[in-house]
Amino acid sequence: MVETILPVELKNAIVRKGEKDIIGPLDLSFGATGCSILIGPNGAGKTTFLRLLHGLERTNSGAVRWAAKKSDVFSRQSFVFQSPVVLRRSGIENIAYPLYVRGVAKKAARTEAEKWIDEIGLGDVGCYDAHVFSGGEKQKLAMARALITKPEVLFLDEPTANLDGASTLEIERLILAAREAGTRIIMATHDFGQAKRLADEILFMYRGKIRERKPTDAFFNTPETEEAHKFIRGDLLL
Amino acid sequence: MNDLLAGLQSAFGLIIHLDHDLVEISLRSLQVTVSAVLISAAIGLPFGAWLSVTRFRYRRFAIALLNALMGLPPVVVGLFVYILLSRSGPFGVLDLLFTPTAMIIAQVIIVTPIIASIAHQSMRDLWFLYHDLLISIKTTKWQRMKALLWDGRRSLLTATLTGFGRGIGEIGAIMIVGGNIDHLTRVLTTAIALEVGKGDFPLALGLGIVLISMAILINLAIHILSRTEREGTW
Ligand SMILES: Nc1ncnc2c1ncn2[C@@H]1O[C@H](COP(=O)(O)OP(=O)(O)OP(=O)(O)O)[C@@H](O)[C@H]1O
Ligand SMILES: [Mg+2]
Repeated sequence: MVETILPVELKNAIVRKGEKDIIGPLDLSFGATGCSILIGPNGAGKTTFLRLLHGLERTNSGAVRWAAKKSDVFSRQSFVFQSPVVLRRSGIENIAYPLYVRGVAKKAARTEAEKWIDEIGLGDVGCYDAHVFSGGEKQKLAMARALITKPEVLFLDEPTANLDGASTLEIERLILAAREAGTRIIMATHDFGQAKRLADEILFMYRGKIRERKPTDAFFNTPETEEAHKFIRGDLLL
Repeated sequence: MNDLLAGLQSAFGLIIHLDHDLVEISLRSLQVTVSAVLISAAIGLPFGAWLSVTRFRYRRFAIALLNALMGLPPVVVGLFVYILLSRSGPFGVLDLLFTPTAMIIAQVIIVTPIIASIAHQSMRDLWFLYHDLLISIKTTKWQRMKALLWDGRRSLLTATLTGFGRGIGEIGAIMIVGGNIDHLTRVLTTAIALEVGKGDFPLALGLGIVLISMAILINLAIHILSRTEREGTW
């Protein structure tokens, strides 16, 4: 890699929909390595936050600044959506698609995609229309499609929300492997076990703001804010 | 009832004997409409895709206009093309009036909005599903259009066949610009009108049955060839 696109910095960033400030104002930054996990109740703004970083949402005031120039930034990131988007074509073609878009030759792209489809354990059904895949299979497909471009930053929005235990661990294995390879992971989850297994640091989001940001153990053992405390205990947060 | 039976009989008679005129007329019908539909699809499908992925100021207006153009009265289109192609018209020098080419031009004008509009509707829905992903992968506009055209191919085929159905049964425009000249511009629909005018109902019915059978066969053949019914759920 020539030069890294990280760190990314948010300066007084606000996203507004209608009258409401959905997230912000946020001032924080993410460095070049590690795995940061966003937790917080439904509607806290986790998805919006990830989409903002990735460039799918715009700030209404403030800014998101990457260390590299704009044209480089987006092609070096991947995003796995909360509900997986599959293209109406075969599993293999789904995974190869980002490579086609980047101008990789058809044959080379397919060879690479075949490697990935085996990696996620869907080798046998790879030639079928991905629309008939189960929810979990679609999720794995989206994961492989995100990883095939060897992104520098990988955004994951509840990547294991619909998965059983075994598939969850498989996805986590892929995440850890990507992290080993130097990919910066920023993800949201509702699974505390998963957060403890994967995260270097936790960002606790509540009502559009990052209320707490701490190393994983410290956060779960000694949360500072009342809300985080309640949230970890499983109390209702209103 | 007698007319109907006689019509069926005469239709089978014509088909079994591969009546020379019938074959010629049918092939011309196919030639005109298939050419028109191919040209219309080449224009309408990419345009529908473009309209799905592009946001511009008067987009809503453009879509409303396109939908309105679907209902263009063929007779008026025929008149319009007639004026353009007539000796004194701007394209008079091309000497195209009363030729199959003129009929193709008229049908392209009728069929293109139909294909574009139906294609746009289905690709707009697909774009709604794909939007976030294709933006996230940082596709160019052309790549987005390609993805919609390829992944939506089944509904695009339906759009194209709808256009074909409209074209093959159309008479208002081709009668005006073609003139129903024997051995030159006579097609199934204009021949039927002629036979009805002459009072030869059995022959007219026979031609009608050929016309309907042809439309059905073409639809079936294309669906089978593209294996869309078997292949998948979309
Ligand atoms: N386009 C929009 N218009 C209006 N409100 C929106 C829009 N998008 C999101 N919101 C609101 O913003 C808030 C945050 O949404 P977001 O999806 O970021 O939450 P989340 O933390 O990801 O929740 P979950 O855990 O349920 O996925 C929600 O209250 C949601 O209703
Ligand atoms: Mg969410």
